[in-house]
Amino acid sequence: MTEAPKFAFASATLALGGKTILQNITFDIAAGDFVCIIGASGCGKTTALRLAAGLYQPTTGEVRLDSHPMTAPRPDVAIVFQDYGKALLPWRTATGNISLAMEAGGVPKAERGDRIAELLTLVGLSGQGEKYPGEMSGGMQQRLQIARCLAQNPSVLLMDEPFGALDAMTRQGLQDEVLELVARSGTTVIFVTHDLEEAIYLGDRVIGLLPHPGRVGIDVPVRLSRPRDQLTTREDPEFLRLRRELFDFIKGSEA
Amino acid sequence: MTATGRLNWLGMILPLALVLGLELWLRTAGIVTDILAPPSQVIVALIGGLLNGTILAATLKTLTGAFGGLLIGGSLGMLLGIVFAVVPVIDRAMEVTVEALRPIPSVALLPVALMVFGFGYGMEFAIVGKSCFFLMLILTRSAVRGVEPRLREVARALRLSRAATTWKIILPASLPRLFVAFRLAASLSLVISITIEIAVNPQGLGYAIMTAQQALRPDLMLAYFVWIGLVGLCLNAGLLLAQRTLFGRAALTEEAR
Repeated sequence: MTEAPKFAFASATLALGGKTILQNITFDIAAGDFVCIIGASGCGKTTALRLAAGLYQPTTGEVRLDSHPMTAPRPDVAIVFQDYGKALLPWRTATGNISLAMEAGGVPKAERGDRIAELLTLVGLSGQGEKYPGEMSGGMQQRLQIARCLAQNPSVLLMDEPFGALDAMTRQGLQDEVLELVARSGTTVIFVTHDLEEAIYLGDRVIGLLPHPGRVGIDVPVRLSRPRDQLTTREDPEFLRLRRELFDFIKGSEA
Repeated sequence: MTATGRLNWLGMILPLALVLGLELWLRTAGIVTDILAPPSQVIVALIGGLLNGTILAATLKTLTGAFGGLLIGGSLGMLLGIVFAVVPVIDRAMEVTVEALRPIPSVALLPVALMVFGFGYGMEFAIVGKSCFFLMLILTRSAVRGVEPRLREVARALRLSRAATTWKIILPASLPRLFVAFRLAASLSLVISITIEIAVNPQGLGYAIMTAQQALRPDLMLAYFVWIGLVGLCLNAGLLLAQRTLFGRAALTEEAR
């Protein structure tokens, strides 16, 4: 690869309160890649995502976007939180919640309406703009949070176990929708999950972290054809082989 | 009334039985006392006082004293509470001062207030204001600090300015708890102003209670108790209504959303 990577962790180490959470994290991500991060609970995968978002600063080393160090959150990096119920503003409608990202980005008021309608349609919430988050199902709320992130026109989308709290059917539907969205826009994605099958199903690459302190333990490419299919992809021998490999990795990391 | 707006008949049984029992007991036992009067006489005294305007005039004076202090002290306390919560350095710098002044009982300041302001509204504004100021300061600070950390993270990720974060996220998110604080401060203001009137200030409901007691009119004294209870009830109901209608969804508590 001669081109500079879109995103890079360069020996990033993070210590909080004297405790090393992440140690010497190094990996590059090419533009348009879908990278999944897995690991046993407490291995720092969510913390790594916050580093990528610029919400935390590495104690030593660097996190770089387009070769520039991330010293603060950036408008073209959006983060989807797992707890959509807490991340949405309950006193604003769906439209108002999406509008928040545009207000932050300085989009003129006149231009917001059309773009919001477009985003609502994109995430399958057309006609739901006047609903409040409290009137929506969990799946709809997470779609709304994704729409708010897309309103930033991100070149990098960070997702922190976004479907962890949803039921299996809703989760599969949203997995396919997210794949379609990023395939169309060419967005680079870093996706944190504890669900190995989800990581393989979605990713071009799966990175596994080892716990105490968090460090990269495995980095495997996923050579499965796209578009993925909930049935055939998951029955593919390569899928099953990867599942075994990652399962053994997690088991070994906990031992 | 219950939260659903229907009369709570089950809850009415005990108070009604007590009132009826008191009436029967005082009537049949032939007790002569300066501190109790049969509920029927209390009602007569209440209606009499309402008709000749003395109760309403006293109420107006008490409410003016209470709300004046509430507005001055409460709004200052809320403002500073927000500042303290948003700018931790100021909070740290003021911590000792606040914690040293806060425990001084408002009523203990009465002699000072009396010398500075004399009788009248001035001392009520000052003493009620002091109580409401610290109550609102502490509750506002904790309401603002209690805002869901994830929302702050969303604000940071979206790179909202400090002013925009305060105005668009922090304030709406803490509005339900600010309203609870305001309702507490409102009932406290009523308590303090009546206390001041009982202790020194010759005006309003507190002074009227003292006058009735010294005139050996237990019926009128108790009528004032009943009336103060009703005023407090209406105050709370009015504030609840305002919370629901004025601020829309942002003011509702999490459960009601």
